[in-house]
Amino acid sequence: MVALSEPAAIEASSLRVRRASKYFAAINGAAVGGLALDKVSLFVSAGELVSVVGPSGCGKSTLLRLIAGLTLATEGELLVGDEPITAPSAERGLVFQDPNLFPWLTVRRNIEAGLVARGVLKQERGQVDKFMRLVGLEAFADAFPHHLSGGMAQRVALARAMINHPKVLLLDEPLGALDAFTRMRMQDEVLRLWRVHRTTMLLVTHDIDEAIYMSDRIVIMTPPPGRIEQIIPVKMDRPRDRSSPDFLRLRGDILETMHFAGRSLAGNGV
Amino acid sequence: MSRQEYDGLPEMSASVEEVRPQTAILSRAQRPGEETAYVSPPVVRSRPQTLLAVPVGACIALAIHFLVPKREVVPPTHYYPLILSVMLGLGVLGAALHPFFAGLRKWMRQMCPILGVATVTAAVWELATSCFGLLPLPYFPGPEGVFGSLVSDRSLLFDSTWHSLVLLISGYALGVAIALITGVTIGWFAHARYWGMPLLKIVGPIPATAWIPLAMVLSPSALFSAIGLIALAVWFPVTMLTASGISNTRASYLDVARTLGAGQAYLIFRVAIPAALPNIFIGLFMGLGTSFLTLVVAETVGVKSGLGWYVSWAQGWAEYGKVYGALIIMAAFFSTIMTVLFKVRDRVLVWQKGVIKW
Repeated sequence: MVALSEPAAIEASSLRVRRASKYFAAINGAAVGGLALDKVSLFVSAGELVSVVGPSGCGKSTLLRLIAGLTLATEGELLVGDEPITAPSAERGLVFQDPNLFPWLTVRRNIEAGLVARGVLKQERGQVDKFMRLVGLEAFADAFPHHLSGGMAQRVALARAMINHPKVLLLDEPLGALDAFTRMRMQDEVLRLWRVHRTTMLLVTHDIDEAIYMSDRIVIMTPPPGRIEQIIPVKMDRPRDRSSPDFLRLRGDILETMHFAGRSLAGNGV
Repeated sequence: MSRQEYDGLPEMSASVEEVRPQTAILSRAQRPGEETAYVSPPVVRSRPQTLLAVPVGACIALAIHFLVPKREVVPPTHYYPLILSVMLGLGVLGAALHPFFAGLRKWMRQMCPILGVATVTAAVWELATSCFGLLPLPYFPGPEGVFGSLVSDRSLLFDSTWHSLVLLISGYALGVAIALITGVTIGWFAHARYWGMPLLKIVGPIPATAWIPLAMVLSPSALFSAIGLIALAVWFPVTMLTASGISNTRASYLDVARTLGAGQAYLIFRVAIPAALPNIFIGLFMGLGTSFLTLVVAETVGVKSGLGWYVSWAQGWAEYGKVYGALIIMAAFFSTIMTVLFKVRDRVLVWQKGVIKW
């Protein structure tokens, strides 16, 4: 377990997860039930970008869904600032691997959806244009989602989540389905959004390079049940060079940690 | 952008077929990259069978009408040869004008073969009935008799069509309105599903026409009971498809909407219902089919107006020319309404273009 260090003064857009566990009941006797998260604790300070890496089934996505409020923790406590998380809300945006754009809405209306959902008046929706420019999609304002490439669709999804100015943005492998080049471009795009808005971000990924390139700290999780194995700070200046010695050394360290985790797992006979 | 792109496609591929062979050879001879050589647009020529279908068909029908001796004695109304002559004239006119109008060309390409076959079918019909008397009278009159009664009884037919339209639209609109409410409720709320589904599954499959005895007892007027029956006929398929569409909404759309700050109303009206619309339209089409059936039965049994009533009334007088005339009107009437619903769907579900085989 990693010791949890919380500062005395809690900022409004910081994120605290205290000994959160999630137990899924088995459905119709199938062997899918069990403990998905085991007393996970994590503190993300305001404006920080933290990555969560780990093999599939380690509870990364479950942790994100708990923070989003889409599922509730069996035990433990989750807070944004001083507010406990009890339900989904516009202050915690979520972007999935599948952009999940509403296919019946044009690009503009998709980006606008968050404002409409919160009941923002029509005359106050001027920022839609700003966000379309921000992600470079003005030309596609009236296109329907299936006309977009994967990268474009994901940019729309990012703009849609960012337009509500969430305190915390949760990213569930958002770039996982993109090709390598688009992915690298999108990483810079996300970093740009992060720099502009200083949003607290939690990025789930299975790409270690992506985690090192983007985040302030990297949380390594192990399966099952999901636990935090280690939290590694990344002390490199941005923009980071993917082939610098520091980068590669850190990559080696993380791989070793995860490899070690894998061996200990085998030793437990799981 | 998308509309033009997709509307353009069939037009393009069809005109490629009809490009003159010489042009095709020329363009093949061009070297790649030499696009400037391709200055003059390819001359579009419709195939001869497209142009000749209607004139030739009409000529055959006219020849049979005037040259083959008749057995059946009908008052010579001349409406049938008049219609044929009009078709002949329009066919020739269309063939003459088609190089100048792209819209006309497209329309002729689609319609001429069908219209040509239709005129030939009319000719065969006349041969079988009026000329050779192969089919017993008065049950199978020739085209002259049918078209004659169509025209001579036009005011009553128009009146009947109008009554049918009013009755159909009232019943259909009522049924759809109720069905959308019940369908969304059953599809969205678990409690409503628990109590509503059994009712839907037991009552729904009973054909609406089977309720006619009950409707006659319950309702003060035949008109109201007919509206109720049509509404009931529409209600079942639309409710069923709406409910299943709503409950099959992708959970991730709902998750996304929740994290965007959506409340219950947004989730239902802006996510679940749009997501269910393709299903809802299937229900609307099925409901339209059952409403036609129920309309005609209700008019035959209770309501003393409308096309259904007209058919049984004309049959009572053994005026089979009128029966077939009314059937022709009915076919045109129902298929027009069907077409309108297709147009509505094309507008509402335009976002599906490119997602599904359109």
